[in-house]
Amino acid sequence: MDAKDILGLPKNSFPSSADKKPRPPKESQRKPDGISREVYALTGRMPPLMPSIDASQLKKKHPPHEKITWQWLPFTNSARKDDLHLYHWVRVVNGVPPTGDYSFAKYNKSVDIIKYTDEEYEKHLTDPMWTKEETNELFDLCGRFDLRFVVIADRFPSSRTVEELKDRYYSVSQAILIARAASSGDVATHPLIKEPYNVSQEMERKRALSMVLSQTRQQERKDEEVLVEAKRIAELRMASKVTEQPQLVVASNADAEVTERAVPGETISPSNVQPPSMVVPSATDNASTLASLRMLRVYLRTYALDQMVQASNSSAGLRTIKRVEQTLQDLGVNLKPRVPTKAVCAEHLELRREILTWLNLQKQVQYKEAEGSSFRDGSYGETPGTPKLLRGADQDRTFIPDSMNFGVSSERVGKKDQKRKAHGGPPTSAHKRPRKQKASDL
Amino acid sequence: MSHSQTLPLKRQQGEQPPSDDGSSAIKPSRLKISLPSEDSDKKNANKRLKDVEICVPIVYGTIAFYLGRKASESQSHKWTVYVRGASNEDLSVVVKKVVFQLHPSFNNPTRVVESPPFEISECGWGEFEIAITLFFHSDACEKQLDLYHHLKLYPEDESGPQTTKKPVVVESYNEVVFPEPSEGFVARVQNHPAVVVPRLPVGLNLPSPVPFDPMNDKERGGTKDHPLSQWFLNFSEADELLKLAASRQQVQAHIVKLRRQLNLLEGLPQSKQPSGYECT
Repeated sequence: MDAKDILGLPKNSFPSSADKKPRPPKESQRKPDGISREVYALTGRMPPLMPSIDASQLKKKHPPHEKITWQWLPFTNSARKDDLHLYHWVRVVNGVPPTGDYSFAKYNKSVDIIKYTDEEYEKHLTDPMWTKEETNELFDLCGRFDLRFVVIADRFPSSRTVEELKDRYYSVSQAILIARAASSGDVATHPLIKEPYNVSQEMERKRALSMVLSQTRQQERKDEEVLVEAKRIAELRMASKVTEQPQLVVASNADAEVTERAVPGETISPSNVQPPSMVVPSATDNASTLASLRMLRVYLRTYALDQMVQASNSSAGLRTIKRVEQTLQDLGVNLKPRVPTKAVCAEHLELRREILTWLNLQKQVQYKEAEGSSFRDGSYGETPGTPKLLRGADQDRTFIPDSMNFGVSSERVGKKDQKRKAHGGPPTSAHKRPRKQKASDL
Repeated sequence: MSHSQTLPLKRQQGEQPPSDDGSSAIKPSRLKISLPSEDSDKKNANKRLKDVEICVPIVYGTIAFYLGRKASESQSHKWTVYVRGASNEDLSVVVKKVVFQLHPSFNNPTRVVESPPFEISECGWGEFEIAITLFFHSDACEKQLDLYHHLKLYPEDESGPQTTKKPVVVESYNEVVFPEPSEGFVARVQNHPAVVVPRLPVGLNLPSPVPFDPMNDKERGGTKDHPLSQWFLNFSEADELLKLAASRQQVQAHIVKLRRQLNLLEGLPQSKQPSGYECT
């Protein structure tokens, strides 16, 4: 009330509190007929738009003048080729059995396979790779198995691939269609003519699919890296091209030279990603960053440093990057150098890279220690095969981040040390968090 | 549209071709018969040197004085924003002009300075971001370079009244890098103190530059005797290099230790004896 006074709002502008009370009793008073209250509530307390089932119908009684009996009678199925007579229960009304075909006969569908005559074969369908017998056999199987080529390939007498069979079938059908058509225009809309079967494309497509399926996680990551790198390079080139537009007239010759030289550098560097090692991806990033820097006519030293730092950070997760920055701070180094000369920037970059190496080594050591302890426990815990050197994001999720405390020896650290000394062994699985480094370690 | 670039060779002998309008008379300088050596020099002037990186160290920032008794509500401080050579050398050898973009509340917020010292002085009361754009001579670079600087009027230490004696100085050091400069540019600036030119590759013949004469107008453009020079900050890379080298040593020591530790761990057999006090 006071709040409203302060705000200057009129009191009781929406009488919500007053309304709430009469509403619930009002709703419960209206009880629907025919269905229970709870069921009605399920529909959202609204009558259905159309009565799905007329409730009164459910309680219908048999019309008294009809006499229903059930009889065991024979029947035939038009879908069958043989003359099998089976029996089943039939609902007979007033002594008259039901008429009509077996109710399930209509589901016996099959594919229309083109049938060619010998004449047509001689005229249009001869092929050096296929004998007439084979083609006939193929079409027979197609008919039997409704164009299920995998099954057909299985049963085909000589070994032919699915693609070969498909190719033969579709090209024969196509040829027949065209031959039989009065004019080419008639069949132009037929799907076989409009979109003919392309063997080489199909084989290529299946090969590519199987490659993607069998790609290991490692290869996936490599591909992603390359794509990201390529995208970055493309964007950088776009950006520098856009800003260079107004000056193109003057510097056009020099530009062409530079871009020509830069492009081979860029195309080489992504392909260098192949060997799986820690150094190469960062070298690739560096090479492409350097190339893109050289494409600029002018830049600031700090910009260049930022780009190189970003490039070396690209292989690390966010947490790792934060740890690097924390380490720099602990060492007393400015995150951005105060005097960014060429030498200072180079040293700064090298320092960052060394810190990354250090952090990665820490993780490796943690891994090894965890491995050792899990073996001792006999528990089938995480046994990483190869140390995960890259993709800090993945690792950071499984490991507790360990912030380095330079010059800070906490009580906990001391206690842990004592515990360890008492047990006299390497950390157990219970103490997976490794020893925090103390200033005395330096 | 001038016709000079599409003229056949014989026209260069001084014949004036008919021009579309009287104003676009072809300048004789474009058509003059040039000596072979000059010709090749001109051609080479545009050649880009791949392995030479020209670097111009600059410092840019602001110095702000509290006006004290003379201060008013809207003009409490007098400040100067500037770009100078890091060792107070004359930047005009490389920089053609500097454009300072001030807060829109200033009159003519776009201030263009075409000669050194590249600075703007103003009076005001508010802090804001100043955009500084460097334009270079055409042989250096056709593109401009943007810098940003936050104008600071009030000192960090808020204790006590403001003094008119000591200004608030914020400077940033940076280096303008020309990665593949043209030969002509390198030739022109190779001896100038404002420019850092690395050792040129052997066999590179550049036309000799105008010798640097400190007594000449070259020095006038520098800021060594600038009235505010007493407040300029010192930027020495030595301290930072030392710090970085020491840190790298520390980190390298850690790496060595961990590698040793890793080798030890990898050398141990994997199936260890189950120890009695392990309980899972």
